[in-house]
Amino acid sequence: MAQTNSVGQGSNGVADESPNMIVYRKMEDVIARMQDEKNGIPIRTVKSFLSKIPSVFSGSDIVQWMIKNLNIEDQVEALHLGTLMAAHGYFFPISDHVLTLKDDGTFYRFQTPYFWPSNCWEPENTDYAVYLCKRTMQNKARLELADYEAESLARLQRAFARKWEFIFMQAEAQAKVDKKRDKIERKILDSQERAFWDVHRPVPGCVNTTEVDIKKSSRMKNPQKTRKSVYGPQNDVRTHSPTHTPAQEAKPATEEQLQDQINYWGGQLDRHRLKMSKVAESLLAYTEQYVEYDPFITPTDPSNPWISDDTAVWELEASKEPGQQRVKRWAFGINEVLKDQVGREQFLKFLESEFSSENLRFWLAVQEVKKRPIREVPTRVQEIWQEFLASGAPSAINVDSKSYDKTTQNVKDPGRYAFEDAQDHIFKLMKSDSYSRFIRSSAYQELLQAKKKKSKNLF
Amino acid sequence: MGEMDTLKKEADGLKTQIEAARKAVNDTTMAAVASGVAAAPRVQLKNRKTLKGHLAKIYGLHWSADNRHMVSASQDGKLLIWDTYTGNKVYAVPLKSSWVMSCSMAPSGNLVASGGLDNMCTIVNIKAASPKTLRELDAHEGYLSHSRFLSDTEILTASGDTTCCLWDLETGKQKVIYKSHVGDCMCLAVSPDQNSFISGACDSSAKLWDVRDGGCKQTFIGHTSDINAIAFFPSGTAVITGSDDCTLKMYDLRADQEVNGYQDAALNAGVTSVSLSSSGRLIFAGYDNFNCNIWDSLKAEKVGVLSGHDNRVSCIGVPDDGLGICTGSWDSFLKIWN
Repeated sequence: MAQTNSVGQGSNGVADESPNMIVYRKMEDVIARMQDEKNGIPIRTVKSFLSKIPSVFSGSDIVQWMIKNLNIEDQVEALHLGTLMAAHGYFFPISDHVLTLKDDGTFYRFQTPYFWPSNCWEPENTDYAVYLCKRTMQNKARLELADYEAESLARLQRAFARKWEFIFMQAEAQAKVDKKRDKIERKILDSQERAFWDVHRPVPGCVNTTEVDIKKSSRMKNPQKTRKSVYGPQNDVRTHSPTHTPAQEAKPATEEQLQDQINYWGGQLDRHRLKMSKVAESLLAYTEQYVEYDPFITPTDPSNPWISDDTAVWELEASKEPGQQRVKRWAFGINEVLKDQVGREQFLKFLESEFSSENLRFWLAVQEVKKRPIREVPTRVQEIWQEFLASGAPSAINVDSKSYDKTTQNVKDPGRYAFEDAQDHIFKLMKSDSYSRFIRSSAYQELLQAKKKKSKNLF
Repeated sequence: MGEMDTLKKEADGLKTQIEAARKAVNDTTMAAVASGVAAAPRVQLKNRKTLKGHLAKIYGLHWSADNRHMVSASQDGKLLIWDTYTGNKVYAVPLKSSWVMSCSMAPSGNLVASGGLDNMCTIVNIKAASPKTLRELDAHEGYLSHSRFLSDTEILTASGDTTCCLWDLETGKQKVIYKSHVGDCMCLAVSPDQNSFISGACDSSAKLWDVRDGGCKQTFIGHTSDINAIAFFPSGTAVITGSDDCTLKMYDLRADQEVNGYQDAALNAGVTSVSLSSSGRLIFAGYDNFNCNIWDSLKAEKVGVLSGHDNRVSCIGVPDDGLGICTGSWDSFLKIWN
């Protein structure tokens, strides 16, 4: 199994900037293993009708090798991974522009490292024009342009009408050099060059793996980014897309920044950290408590509308009749009651029956005012003050003196968070007092039993 | 410069001390504690619905609090609001700039927000007679990568200018600016109690912030590349991050460190998006390799795969009622699974 070093280092020692580098290095590790002389994929030259097909291996060879050497269990996964590697251009089918992996006798060849995506090529259209032009100069059937290539060539001829002579000359020069090469070598190089363009100018309908997320491309300051032309001297054509904004240089930390860091980490040093065992237990306990409320693990009752096309479960949720499962959840913690509209209503009803609802009513009123438009806030704040906190208030709540003083100040210049301290205090009170009484109350127990009773009556 | 060197030494010294303090509470591993738990069931989800309508890459999606509607953003320059159950498009909001990176919907369902390379967050009222632009929040100096409404009056944004921001929608002004990241902020998630939120950035760190006072309460390190996606564990006591380093990590707020890691030697694709099931037991992560993997959050094992997209999965979301999951992709389709 490939053990990859996740902090990639470029060949010149500079840390990889491009977010894709980690992925490229991982793929290249696999390719290196595939090319290993002893344990890699057997590469051979195949004799065909009149000539030889050099340096190839079949799709099935690749799939078999993957299943044997990587942690892959089935053909489907091997094909998926292989297709992705082909789509990035690390190996390619020699007779097809479309870069996928097939588990059959189709012949594949490895791409030369010069053309690997980790070199961060961003080939310009002028290079593509030179390439297509050169292809038309070579009169071999296998090098005929595909329809989409012919269309691209026509478009490029129109776009570069003024500099076409220059492009033509470059193509001619390259064709001349190519002719002098050894025939077998030419076959291999031609196919690799074609595969390179299949990655950067894919067949319409194919995924373009060189497409970068716009969030990443607008900040790429990769020092390895190859700005030079694939073939020759600088071709000065800048693409006009918002993704080519000049990247900012990374500045070394200033004195001020370092001081900020020191202050921050100094403050963090003495924070209380809970033991891993406690934390792990608590996360475990949470998932166990809520597993019956997780539709992906426990099938819902009534059925999941996405599966059964029956919206009963949504209708039930919207109705005022809380099912037993829903009521049970309120006992998990005060937040569960406050989250659920029906829970809030039942909680309030219970407290009113005990003539102790002022805390909850205050808490609800403060929550509500936080969402009001700002022009209504001062009036509401005054109303809440009069109702709950002013001397002689009809629904007086009990707040500690510190919060009371702070709130008195806040109310003079009322904002949405005027009652923040008081609300915190009341929440703690509710949690330990009102809420626990509610859960132990007969009213709550009845709701919990209600569903059971109903179903009993059915029989 | 002697001064700089002393400061550097001090900063590094503190970081080492903190690592030591974190190690000191590391009395066991999540794997050990979870070994006694029954394995999560093998999850085989089927594609229940495919929402077709976008004409280009989908960059963001967000479920409505009503568990039925959803907003999605695409580079075709449109926000689409769907009734996901019927598959109907309820509204289409044309965007001024088609380089959109994210979208979100307010809990009330009245407002949607979008933003991207225009550095702005545009708020639209979709319940008006015809969708109307309410506000254009324009103060960030970098692209808008993410946004989440706290209510109809407040929204949080994350930006490529390395800051996050809380805006007041009535005045259109910034209320609080959260500064501490040294790389582009890529994502944010709000805690269940709405008092804090977390952000992930290109500096490979995740930070926990106090919404009201703007202070950075905690910083989590460990990733080796951009953090593209972040989500709270439903209890609010832990966060999950997804990164270009091909891994996901769970950080616990109380232990102040990483408690679990989700990686696979064969997996060679960056994580683009993350979402959790209602109990937190399952983590759904979208990757660059066109699939979405399902992880057991406790045992850190893969328990399923969602495949069906023909290009990168760029966004993912589980509605509040947890009944299904939606994936959005560069292939322009949204798929709902269960």
